[in-house]
Amino acid sequence: MSGPNTNYDPVEVSALDPANVDAAVQDALTAIAAAASLDDLKAVRIAHQGEKSPLALANREIGALPPSAKAEAGKRVGQARGRVGQALTARQAELETERDERILVEERVDVTVPALRRQLGARHPIELVAQRLVDAFVGMGWEVAEGPELESEWLNFDALNLGPDHPARQMQDTFFLDPVDSGLVLRTQTSPVQIRTMLEKEPPIYIVAPGKVFRTDDLDATHTPVFHQIECLAIDKGLTMAHLRGALDAFVRIMFGEETRTRVRANYFPFTEPSMETDFLCFACHGEETWGSAEPCRTCGGSGWIELGGSGMVNRKVLRTCGIDPDVYSGFAFGLGIERALQLRHGVQGMHEIVEGDVRFSQQFGMGV
Amino acid sequence: MRMPLSWLAEYTDLAPGARGADVAASLVRVGLEEEDLHGGDITGPLVVGRVLSFELEPQKNGKTIRWCTVDVGRNGQMLTEGKHQEIVCGAHNFEVGDLVVCVLPGAVLPGGFAIAARKTYGHVSNGMICAEDEIGLGHDHEGIIVLSRLLGAEKAASVEPGDDAIALLGLGEETVETNVTPDRGYCFSVRGLAREYWHAQGSPEGGYRDPAEIAVPEATTGGYAVELKDESPIEGNDGCDRYVARIVRGIDPTRPSPAWMSKRLTQMGMRPISLAVDVTNYVMLALGQPLHAFDVDRLSGSIVVRRARGGETLKTLDDVERTLHPDDLLITDGGEQPLAIAGVMGGASSEVTDTTTDVLIEAAHFDPTTVARSSRRHRLITEASKRFERGVDPEVTAAAAQLAVDLLVEHGGGTVDPDVTDVDRTTGRTAYLLDVTEPARIVGVDYPRERVVGILRDLGCRVEESGQGADETHVLVTPPSWRPDLVDAPDYAEEVARIDGYNNIPSITPTPSDGRGLTHGQKARRVVADALAGAGLTEVLSYPFVSEELADHLMLPADDDRRHAVRLANPLSEERPLLRTSILASLVDTLRRNVARGHKDVAIYELGLVFRPGASLGTAPIPGVASRPDAETLTRLYAAVPDQPRRAGILATGQAEQAGWWGPGRAADWSDMVAAVQAAAAALAVPVVVGNDAGHAPWHPGRCARITLADGTLVGHAGELHPKVVAALDLPARTVAAEFDVDVLVAASADPVQARSFSSFPPAMTDIALLVASDVAAADVEAALRSGAGESLESVVLFDVYEGERIEAGHRSLAYRLTFRAPDRTLTTDEVNGFRDAAVAAATSATGAIQR
Ligand SMILES: [Zn+2]
Repeated sequence: MSGPNTNYDPVEVSALDPANVDAAVQDALTAIAAAASLDDLKAVRIAHQGEKSPLALANREIGALPPSAKAEAGKRVGQARGRVGQALTARQAELETERDERILVEERVDVTVPALRRQLGARHPIELVAQRLVDAFVGMGWEVAEGPELESEWLNFDALNLGPDHPARQMQDTFFLDPVDSGLVLRTQTSPVQIRTMLEKEPPIYIVAPGKVFRTDDLDATHTPVFHQIECLAIDKGLTMAHLRGALDAFVRIMFGEETRTRVRANYFPFTEPSMETDFLCFACHGEETWGSAEPCRTCGGSGWIELGGSGMVNRKVLRTCGIDPDVYSGFAFGLGIERALQLRHGVQGMHEIVEGDVRFSQQFGMGV
Repeated sequence: MRMPLSWLAEYTDLAPGARGADVAASLVRVGLEEEDLHGGDITGPLVVGRVLSFELEPQKNGKTIRWCTVDVGRNGQMLTEGKHQEIVCGAHNFEVGDLVVCVLPGAVLPGGFAIAARKTYGHVSNGMICAEDEIGLGHDHEGIIVLSRLLGAEKAASVEPGDDAIALLGLGEETVETNVTPDRGYCFSVRGLAREYWHAQGSPEGGYRDPAEIAVPEATTGGYAVELKDESPIEGNDGCDRYVARIVRGIDPTRPSPAWMSKRLTQMGMRPISLAVDVTNYVMLALGQPLHAFDVDRLSGSIVVRRARGGETLKTLDDVERTLHPDDLLITDGGEQPLAIAGVMGGASSEVTDTTTDVLIEAAHFDPTTVARSSRRHRLITEASKRFERGVDPEVTAAAAQLAVDLLVEHGGGTVDPDVTDVDRTTGRTAYLLDVTEPARIVGVDYPRERVVGILRDLGCRVEESGQGADETHVLVTPPSWRPDLVDAPDYAEEVARIDGYNNIPSITPTPSDGRGLTHGQKARRVVADALAGAGLTEVLSYPFVSEELADHLMLPADDDRRHAVRLANPLSEERPLLRTSILASLVDTLRRNVARGHKDVAIYELGLVFRPGASLGTAPIPGVASRPDAETLTRLYAAVPDQPRRAGILATGQAEQAGWWGPGRAADWSDMVAAVQAAAAALAVPVVVGNDAGHAPWHPGRCARITLADGTLVGHAGELHPKVVAALDLPARTVAAEFDVDVLVAASADPVQARSFSSFPPAMTDIALLVASDVAAADVEAALRSGAGESLESVVLFDVYEGERIEAGHRSLAYRLTFRAPDRTLTTDEVNGFRDAAVAAATSATGAIQR
């Protein structure tokens, strides 16, 4: 670099001539605009902003100017370099954006090709419906009780007021064990769980007992030798049939919607006295009678009501058998079939698909219903 | 129980314009469920026809049809009057000359099924020959109706082709069928159903006419001798506490039953047989009292009611020779020859025949338990046993005998003996002291005193003031003789609620106060089930019934506990008499079914109980029910119930990962099974240890992992099934399986997880390759590395396994990445090298590993 020269006339230093500076800037801007790629722009940057670029050379000349001329020349060159710098930055950004967009286009794939490399698993809907029912009661403050499937005959029958000669005991088609005098059966109902609970726990008792039960029915559209029940038992002071009805109402509202209503009538079950049969308003047709019409409601068969299941106030004999004083406590119990709840809620037509274990059946329900 | 509306109307007033559906709905309101409606929905022409001829015509579908020519007589139908009709019939239970029921074009059968001449099997069939179910007469579809069988030969002889079958069979009238619950034996009669219908109408004054209120002469001493000699009553109840015997002599055995009676019996689903038999059936249907008719000429001594003796036999009316049991109550001739199993079925020897002229009518009251046991023991459920088992009105006996006598005299032309035998040991009902506020306390409806008393009186109870209780709240209630089910306050409460209307019961949501949600076990089981589904497995449910050969197919050793299975006394199929002792045992069927349906890639699991009785099945006591069994009895009872651990079983075949645009798939192998069990354990944060197990059926001895808790407790096994098991069970080759004990994982996860603290200093990683003998388990090498590496070891990852030419035969190279990290500082290279060397040294000393 040349040293300061106080006699130097800036006008005569051609590099600093305003016209030349402008020309250099124009050249640079033209080249920047013409750069088609980041690589081009890199070359342009070297040519017009690099150490050997006209403006860099001009800048170097400033030092040789007399102090009086330095300011003006410095300003001119500085502005010129600024303009070139800005143009470079802008073009750089432009080209980078273009490049980024191009890469995105180039990387495009067809995302509609199959993505799942592994089959997804699924729960069985019987289990899911049971969980849903259980959760409804747990949410109301009830607890879940369970018991064995191979059960004492006494707990399955006798303790439930189903003595050996009771006609209702004949209605149950029981799997007996060999030898038959073992006093053991495959439970025909989840009710022995209620007996176990009452024998072991002081009232108040509010339990829900889901589980597998067994009857000697061959598999057909409406029967299966192995099926699932859920039963509820409440023992407390001052419980009446009104509480039973309240529990049933709460239950059907949770399962089938807020507007679901019940109607009740007398029935007979050895385990309860008084006993009650409950129907609830069909959630599909909302109780519209479609009997005999061209298309009767498929859910309720056209009556507008769906049978929920048996219930009643726990028979005093049963309370006594379990060591609970019927003059102090009363209680109610009700139950229903989970297969039926599944069929109703999800439109499952027959029994076969529930029990056959075809993976397609479970897979349509995923992990929760 | 059925009931034609006209019969009902005899005993009670029908609501104006009431049809069958209305009557059924009324009965439903008082707790009698509707079973069916029969009749009333059929429009003719439905006529009697006589089969003149038929030709057998085999069809392509394998059936043989009959192309019949039928005389349908002077039936009043323009198109068919006097013209023989050609009708196709698929049934084969009739002969040429039989009288049948023909439905002709223009008729509409129940269910709106319109009949027209139609082309079928290559002929134009002018209507059809009917089966019982087609015309709503019954449920029988085993062939068509042959009138001589349905109505009896006598009755059939009086009808001819062209007669209107709707009138003949009572099909023009509606018959309501209700389901009678076991506590309402009295509703197995029109008398009882009519009473209930009357209650449903609000029990209007004078609206019920009890058919049992007929004049009955006083008992005399000179009648046919009857002795009640029950020497071993069951539970203290006499087998027979009332026996009425009446004799009608000189009946003309050729006289048929009156048409109205035949029609009613047909409507009720019974077959008319002969006057004497029809009368006993008719009275039973009317009053609920089963009767038996004996041929007096075939009796020699007095009638003695006693228990059977060992070795005695009786040939019953159904022609079966039955060996009697000492608990069977018998009607005997002079105490010797058995005549009938009381309340169940009569014997052939004293049965009335088509020559019987003198008949002894038995109307007796038998103990429900005695009849129930005999009925069950001999597998004989009869109209009589059904009623006695549920309780027959002990005070209707004499009236029932009288009604039968009256009908026999009127229609059979007989004369009744003036003597009346009535051995009556009934004790009557005792009064119950009822608190009239009790129904309100049980039901939750505030019934006024008058309402309670009024309802009970309508039901036939005698209600008397007792003068007891504050404000005379207590009354003395004596239930009617036909209601043995009314015993204590809840029974009366139910009656009050039932008659007042169940729908008046309000709805009050109970509010339990101390629910603690699901238990740990209940939550943990859901976690396991969800984890297995999350691992790509599909949950299924299988029946727990398995075959005896299965244990062999699974190659279970002779002393394996899984060979001790519970056996069912009455399995659905003799081929599957045992209950599963493992989940895999029942899951194999499900896998096979899926494969048979064309699913190639199947991975299923089931969570459920297995039945493990151990070496022998215990015997559970059957204590009494009057009070809570004592602690010792309960302990024995619980202990007798076999172990039923909850296990999970997994089976998989085919691809674990699908082939696709990304490349080839991967077949499910042993490692998927180990991973599934590990996933279940990890979901519960339970650490498990995997070891090789060369000897656990049904797995491949070289491809079976034994999975345990850290303390060695067995969790389960996972791997590939033994090829012989696969072959024996007809499973796809290389089927893989796992089974583990869910209860063990649940118990191991009971305590809350205690969190470790994590270092935020950088990790240091170092890789090693170890040469080990091929039979050294990777898990053992890893355990040794862990034990030697010191506390700073964070993880050990086996990232490569090499077996091949580059290393010594019988050996393999295991490449591990060890990651170290200290809680308080960055580890130096020297430190890490030291740890690594220590780890390798431990592996060397434990497994002979040599660092490469
Ligand atoms: Zn509906």
